[in-house]
Amino acid sequence: MTTQADIYREIDELRGSGGPQPRRDYPPYRSSVLRYPTRDLHQVDPEGVELWAPCFGAADIDDAEADLTIQRSGEPLGERIIVTGRVTDGDGRPVRHQLVEIWQANASGRYWHQRDQHPAPLDPNFIGAGRCLTDGDGVYTFRTVKPGAYPWRNHVNAWRPAHIHFSLFGTDFTQRLVTQMYFPGDPLFDLDPIYQSVTDPKARELLVAAYDHSVTTPERSLGYRWDIVLSGTHRTPLEES
Amino acid sequence: MSYAPGQTVGPFFHLGLPFEGGNLLVPAGYPDAVRLHGRVLDGEGTPVPDALIELWQAGPDGRVPRATGSIRRDGFTFTGWGRAQTDGDGHYWFSTLTPGPAEPGRRPFFAVTIFARGLTDRLFTRAYLPGSEPDGLLDGLEPERRATLITTREQRGLLFDIHLQGEGETVFLSYPRQAR
Ligand SMILES: [Fe+2]
Repeated sequence: MTTQADIYREIDELRGSGGPQPRRDYPPYRSSVLRYPTRDLHQVDPEGVELWAPCFGAADIDDAEADLTIQRSGEPLGERIIVTGRVTDGDGRPVRHQLVEIWQANASGRYWHQRDQHPAPLDPNFIGAGRCLTDGDGVYTFRTVKPGAYPWRNHVNAWRPAHIHFSLFGTDFTQRLVTQMYFPGDPLFDLDPIYQSVTDPKARELLVAAYDHSVTTPERSLGYRWDIVLSGTHRTPLEES
Repeated sequence: MSYAPGQTVGPFFHLGLPFEGGNLLVPAGYPDAVRLHGRVLDGEGTPVPDALIELWQAGPDGRVPRATGSIRRDGFTFTGWGRAQTDGDGHYWFSTLTPGPAEPGRRPFFAVTIFARGLTDRLFTRAYLPGSEPDGLLDGLEPERRATLITTREQRGLLFDIHLQGEGETVFLSYPRQAR
């Protein structure tokens, strides 16, 4: 039986051992053990389609999909929040009109998913999936409720800090990013092998949104800001169509 | 470097990522449709039932599609992008068109992204068409490693298994401007 103390010890031993991206080989996250590639990634210069990203447009998405609180007939339970931020590439250019997708647990920490059977209530008024396109300045905005922390079976008494899963595209294929956004000051950060798989503390902090009162709306929602920098593009501006 | 780190897609990505028709870049049964498919396997050869594969490719003319409409497909526009989840047997499949070469004499490939519970970050690879054209990536690999990137031609499609770890481990790629 693996305890939180065991996992904490393993996390501790690997602190600072990786770079700014998560370690692929990260045994405290038990599901990774048979799934991480053992060979180094092979570096290659992108060519052809790799220099471009797929295009999404207004016809792919309804504006209402960015509001996770209006997908059912009633109001979901929980703390209503707005999450907004700007997506830029590694050269500081906004990623315009590009797809952002999110999914999350409800306020009780339960996912609308067959595989989540832990005994916290489902909310008939909250599914927990949304998508939008960034605007002309690279800004995305979602309306949702704050997800709850939830238990998982990595070890005994394992709990994930509250998070929203994010999926992002850049302007070229190589910038594809799937990650998780966290909330400031979560007491579970130190104990979570997924958050800690990014072993560089500065890089890890980039996953934490900031409370922003200028995003908060009176008598409605608390506001969080989370800006996202993707990696560098390989296409020169001349090649932009 | 302030690039946002990746995180695992986790076990619940089916809630947010797959969508109806995501794996149908062209309708199955379309005259030139091929099935690109395969299994995702872990370090013990066990199928991975909770992986997600994304496909991005040129059209048969070798051009990079710039059309929108991958999420709400109209059945006529080839957008070059799709998404497929693995089933209980670790199997994924796409109905698509065979990509053409970016330039004459080049070996065409599909650009592939892999996500899974247990993968702390996405992986990139290429699924090449079988052939004999010279290629900068393939020619620099030992034969066993090279073989992991080449699809097998079948009567109605192309087979591409993805070995995440161990024997026959697929060659996964990084690109110069990514943080490591
Ligand atoms: Fe989650």
